[in-house]
Amino acid sequence: MTSPTRRTFLKTGAASAALLPFLKVLPASAQASETLVVVSGETINSLDLHRVGTNRASYQVAVNCYDRLVTFGRKQMPSGEMSFDYSVLEPELAESWEISDDGLTITFTIKPEAKFWDGTPVTAEDVKWSFDRAVSVGGFPTVQMKAGGLNRPEQFAALEDGRFQITLDFPSKLALPDLAVPVPFVINSKVAIANATEDDPWAMEYLHTTPAGSGAFKVARWDQGQQLVYERNDDWTGGPLPAVQRVIVREVPSQATRRALIERGDVQMSFGIPDRDAAELADELTVHSTPIANCIHCVALNTIFEPFRDPDVRKAIAYAIPYEAIFQTAAYGRGKPLWGGETEISDIAWPRAFPYATDIDKAKEHMAASGFPDGFEVPLSISLGLASWMEPTALLIQEALAPLGIAVTLEKIPGANWRTAALVEKTLPMHLENFGGWLDTPDYYFFWAYQKDRLFNSSNYYNEEVETLTNETLHMPTDHPDYAPKLKRMFEIAIEDLPRIPLYQPALNVAMNGAAGYEFWFHRQLDARPLTRAST
Amino acid sequence: MRGRAVALGLRIAQTLPVLFGVVLISFLLTRALPGDPAAYFAGVMADAESIEATRVKLGLDKSLPEQFAIYVGDLFRGDLGRSVGTGRPVLTDLAERLPASLELTLSALLLSCLIAVPLGVWAAVRQGSWVDHLCRVLVTAGVSLPTFFTGVLLIYVFYYLLGWAPSPLGRLDFIYLPPPQVTGFYLIDSLLAGDAETFFAALRQLALPAATLALFTLAPIARMTRAAMLTALSSDYIRTARAAGLTPRKVLYGYAFRNALLPVVTTLGMVFSFVLGANVLVEKVFAWPGIGSYAVEALVASDYAAVQGFVLAMAVLFVILNLLIDLSYALIDPRIGFAGK
Repeated sequence: MTSPTRRTFLKTGAASAALLPFLKVLPASAQASETLVVVSGETINSLDLHRVGTNRASYQVAVNCYDRLVTFGRKQMPSGEMSFDYSVLEPELAESWEISDDGLTITFTIKPEAKFWDGTPVTAEDVKWSFDRAVSVGGFPTVQMKAGGLNRPEQFAALEDGRFQITLDFPSKLALPDLAVPVPFVINSKVAIANATEDDPWAMEYLHTTPAGSGAFKVARWDQGQQLVYERNDDWTGGPLPAVQRVIVREVPSQATRRALIERGDVQMSFGIPDRDAAELADELTVHSTPIANCIHCVALNTIFEPFRDPDVRKAIAYAIPYEAIFQTAAYGRGKPLWGGETEISDIAWPRAFPYATDIDKAKEHMAASGFPDGFEVPLSISLGLASWMEPTALLIQEALAPLGIAVTLEKIPGANWRTAALVEKTLPMHLENFGGWLDTPDYYFFWAYQKDRLFNSSNYYNEEVETLTNETLHMPTDHPDYAPKLKRMFEIAIEDLPRIPLYQPALNVAMNGAAGYEFWFHRQLDARPLTRAST
Repeated sequence: MRGRAVALGLRIAQTLPVLFGVVLISFLLTRALPGDPAAYFAGVMADAESIEATRVKLGLDKSLPEQFAIYVGDLFRGDLGRSVGTGRPVLTDLAERLPASLELTLSALLLSCLIAVPLGVWAAVRQGSWVDHLCRVLVTAGVSLPTFFTGVLLIYVFYYLLGWAPSPLGRLDFIYLPPPQVTGFYLIDSLLAGDAETFFAALRQLALPAATLALFTLAPIARMTRAAMLTALSSDYIRTARAAGLTPRKVLYGYAFRNALLPVVTTLGMVFSFVLGANVLVEKVFAWPGIGSYAVEALVASDYAAVQGFVLAMAVLFVILNLLIDLSYALIDPRIGFAGK
């Protein structure tokens, strides 16, 4: 061999630090303690969350490779599993922050030791550039920033003393938590600007394939459609250093194949497994099934459809739905039931069980009292992209509504069409819906799902009181004396009006075989930072 | 000879209208698909305003003829557009994924020919014997077992139960680096790089998916071989050849098989084109980063440029394939010539 081969090149060392793991086969022991292999059915299609078209699975790159100013705390749930704690904010890039007395300015002191991967310090200018980018590029990041009251670049300032300041238009309890979601991540602005062009001032093109951050992991390798390899950043200052050196996220579309891999132990983690596998594997492997915060699988009754304007019809349906059967068949008992709750609203827990349970006599009573005692015909629409839970649910509902004289026909809508039909045009009379909010407060859920014309208000629901109460509570601090009473009133109306009938709170299922340290996060993506290798 | 070159040129020229038709139809069909890419790509929380902004960004606010003119103009410059889903030029995506699919499909076809053709010949010669029955069983199994089922079954037996096969994790296990790209075929590239270890690693990964696909493609080929051989063997010229006292070997391979080859090659061409598009299920089961799964993902997301690029690439591939098959007819059967047309 005259020309240098791949292997000799690697052995000479130039790029070997990052590529070393791929040198032939690693010694089994070394590999075991340093590397973690995760399989997932979803594909990572971009390393930049701000790009148009970046899918959900790609949000994990923002989590693992970039830092935010703040992050949520962690707590142990009653089940013993670890979860993020919405009520606690912890520093990530920021060392500390001060909120002015009027609640309008928040000033962050950035950790002096915080460094980007290239060794340059993280400055307030970097934060400002990154935040400017998030509110300017449009699409999802801009919408998410708005949720926290962050709308314009003028709201962000890099102060002369090196601190970073946010000026709000109005005080909001959502502002700080919204800085802990994956969107406002801090980019190395010097690197990004050096790679920006006139047509592309925000370096979308460059950061799409080349992250430039300060996060716990660097991207060692990205083969689009195949794998993403994280390599630990040993100089990370955002939190405790990850225990594993390297995490390989491998994309395996077939659920059967993923199951074989995790059962054999050739991979240590299978992320986002179906409810059925979770139920079946729970005995032999470690399976985490965490009810997804602020997320509800529900039946939505659209008010554009005449019979659904009749409160008795809506209640009849709420009493006819076979909740338990749906929970067992569609969710395999994973998640949390949201039916048969107490009539009296004594707390502000959300998602909460509505006080309806399967009771066919009550259902018939309400139906007889309604304006449609003889029933009617209605299509029940489901998304083919979510067929795994929607199809069994819809079939059970179809069967259960027949005795009421409601003739349900199933309408299956292709995934690409679903958003347009259900959420944008809101033309589906009866359908299933699965909205979940990142910010974990009931008013945030109401904002998206119960307020007029909001995207996830696929029922076209409108109630003046709910409008007012939601606007009042959305930015109100949770310890305000009016907060809980107002929320209770909102719950009351939602339970009475039933534009959405909750079925259950779905779970995010993760199977582990040889790994530990899993934490559930609201963004439902892999947070590789707390993971460790377990010696099983 | 010159006549042949002209005929070949004409034959190639005939493909141009076909390609233009494909470009036009794929453009119109993608636009006719239900689903709004702007709503899809604007993200989960998008409101009407950001959906509109996304539409402008994707260039979908322009009129259809305008979009088409831009698309064709780009095509002439060799630009297939940019996939919104992957954020990369479609050409790059195809260049990366097409070899993966081709490598899988070609090895499967090679494997299936190596089994199906001798099996078909043998079954025809020994009609009614156990070989014939074996052929029938294999053919029936191949036709009736869907590939995703065979794939999962093979994984279950050879990976899960026996542990002989490597983890079904795509083209290479994660501990290997892909060989430097020359052809995009890992088997060939690793040999070119003189890297036997990667070659065998790639071969091991390829074994199960190729076997799955081979079982599926075996059926039409074996059946066609058997039928064509039976027809050939019962024809007059074989009787004459036998009467003339030629050796059975000469009769079988020199006369019967050569004549039977024509329909087999036709079938092979059809199977190839069919399989290249249809192996998406095998790709999914074995996490194979091929063109089939790429196209399906693009279709689900209404990713126009990617779908059009895929259709165009397939069309070009089929055109080339048909050309090759036509040419091979002339080689197999001297009576067929282009000059004669």
